[in-house]
Amino acid sequence: MDAPRSDRNPWYWLLTVPVVVPLIPALFNSAEPHLFGIPLFYWLQLLFIGLSVAVTLLVYWRTRA
Amino acid sequence: MSEHLTEIIVFTVLFAVVSGMGFVASRWRRAENLASLNEWGLGGRNFGSWVTWFLVGGDLYTAYTFVAVPALLFGAGAMGFFAVPYTVIVYPLVLLILVRLWSVSHVHGLVTPADFVRARFGSPTLALLVAITGIVATMPYIALQLVGIEAVLKTMGVSGDLPLIIAFAILAAYTYQSGLRAPALIAFVKDTLIYVVILVAIIYIPTQLGGWASIFGAAQAKFDATPAPNDGILLNANNQLQYVTLALGSALALFLYPHSVTGVLASRSRDVIKRNMAALPAYSLLLGLIALLGYMAIAAGITPIGRDVNTVVPQLFDRMFPDWFAGVAYAAVGIGALVPAAIMSIAAANLFTRNIYREYLRPDATDAQEASVSKLTSLVVKIGAVLFILLIDPQFSIDLQLIGGVIILQTLPSITLGLFSRWFHRAGLIAGWVAGMTAGILLLYNIANPAINHAHFGGSAFPLEKLGLDTKMTIYAGFLALLVNLVVAVLGTLIARAAKVADGPDATRPADYYADAGDPRVKDLEVSGST
Repeated sequence: MDAPRSDRNPWYWLLTVPVVVPLIPALFNSAEPHLFGIPLFYWLQLLFIGLSVAVTLLVYWRTRA
Repeated sequence: MSEHLTEIIVFTVLFAVVSGMGFVASRWRRAENLASLNEWGLGGRNFGSWVTWFLVGGDLYTAYTFVAVPALLFGAGAMGFFAVPYTVIVYPLVLLILVRLWSVSHVHGLVTPADFVRARFGSPTLALLVAITGIVATMPYIALQLVGIEAVLKTMGVSGDLPLIIAFAILAAYTYQSGLRAPALIAFVKDTLIYVVILVAIIYIPTQLGGWASIFGAAQAKFDATPAPNDGILLNANNQLQYVTLALGSALALFLYPHSVTGVLASRSRDVIKRNMAALPAYSLLLGLIALLGYMAIAAGITPIGRDVNTVVPQLFDRMFPDWFAGVAYAAVGIGALVPAAIMSIAAANLFTRNIYREYLRPDATDAQEASVSKLTSLVVKIGAVLFILLIDPQFSIDLQLIGGVIILQTLPSITLGLFSRWFHRAGLIAGWVAGMTAGILLLYNIANPAINHAHFGGSAFPLEKLGLDTKMTIYAGFLALLVNLVVAVLGTLIARAAKVADGPDATRPADYYADAGDPRVKDLEVSGST
């Protein structure tokens, strides 16, 4: 019999970061600075995708069975 | 019509090739027989990381999404970009939820979300409500996939209902034959086509329109010129709450849809799901880039065909691309409709079979009977979706899909919270569901949209001033309805406990929620227990 498994791993709490950050309009609701002519509103929200991937990967590696 | 001949030929050829794949799919990863829901409805529950990525990605990012999201930006600006935060937060949000759902479903052989509710709360009534909610929310979603195909056909100048009916008849036939294996195999082609088309579009079209700065400048100029207060390339003080609650509410709702659950349960292990939660945002990037096509359409001076804004992206392709490549792009949208439509009809059919037919009509149904009932139901569901589009104004199916998102959220307390806690009483959950549904429909009924001449069901942004608050802010109606649902569920649970109303038995054990591939399932447990 293996050790009792559980989903109670503190690493999972890190997942709240990419959930909360994209929901704060104050961070991105602005046109400046532009990037390649694209307003901040658009490029920063696209950049949050990278944040989500990075955090999710980290949590995945740290919680592997 | 002749000016679109090349496009039509390319579209037809690609469509035909993919349809052929759908039929051949029944031999892929061949099972001993397809006569069980595990095989027909869940592809053998054995898809690895790659197949799951294509399948779930092809399932969630539908043709309609690819057409409607840029149409939203075209019409309203920044508000339409909510699709990006929505699809960014959803994966970290649901990771833990989905691995637990996968584990408990693996152990108990569950096929649908309503199956889980049945096992967890011991209430066939609650499971029936969850199943009906799932079916009702999914039907207009399937119909919307047809709206995607229709937008493409319109742009190619193909008129009449026959092409649409033929496309869906083919889809129905290979889904019937191959089950979930068909969309899983087709998803490879669909997603590859979409990635190629969008990468080309996003690199090539801006060079033709004078660069990104002039694209956003054109959008800005358009919104400045309109009298509408809530459009623009940025959010304003009144629609930020709507933006945030719509993104969060949609994210919470996404994996309550039966077709999303189907894609997840078809995967092989918990690790496959976790890996996919990290890899699926690649589609979100794609969606974000696609969304910007709406502004490119503004800069290119595209006007919708009739009043159908869903035609702006197909028209942009028509204007910007050589004919043959526009044909490829249209095929990507058309095939993009087939994958989710197939999975949705399978999921709806499974709900009917497991939670209505087996629960109420034929409790002793064998695996083979379940599979054949599901296959037939999947046909009925698709015929229903076609009738929907043919007999009813497409705008109406968009309204219904809006309602669908709001009502599917009302199953959150039973499914999502149920995965973590058995605190709720089944009577409380039923009361909460009734309250949330009523509140949701009432809120949507009271949303007017003068732009499309709707006095009711005009959108999902509910003005808070209608609740007597002194503000111009709006909030996502589904979010408000969910709050009502939760409050009533908590109160109902407390009352039911105080009144000592009998609660249902919980068929699951804590360890079931951590089980992984290779762990014994319930049937195995029973066998080993008896020897």
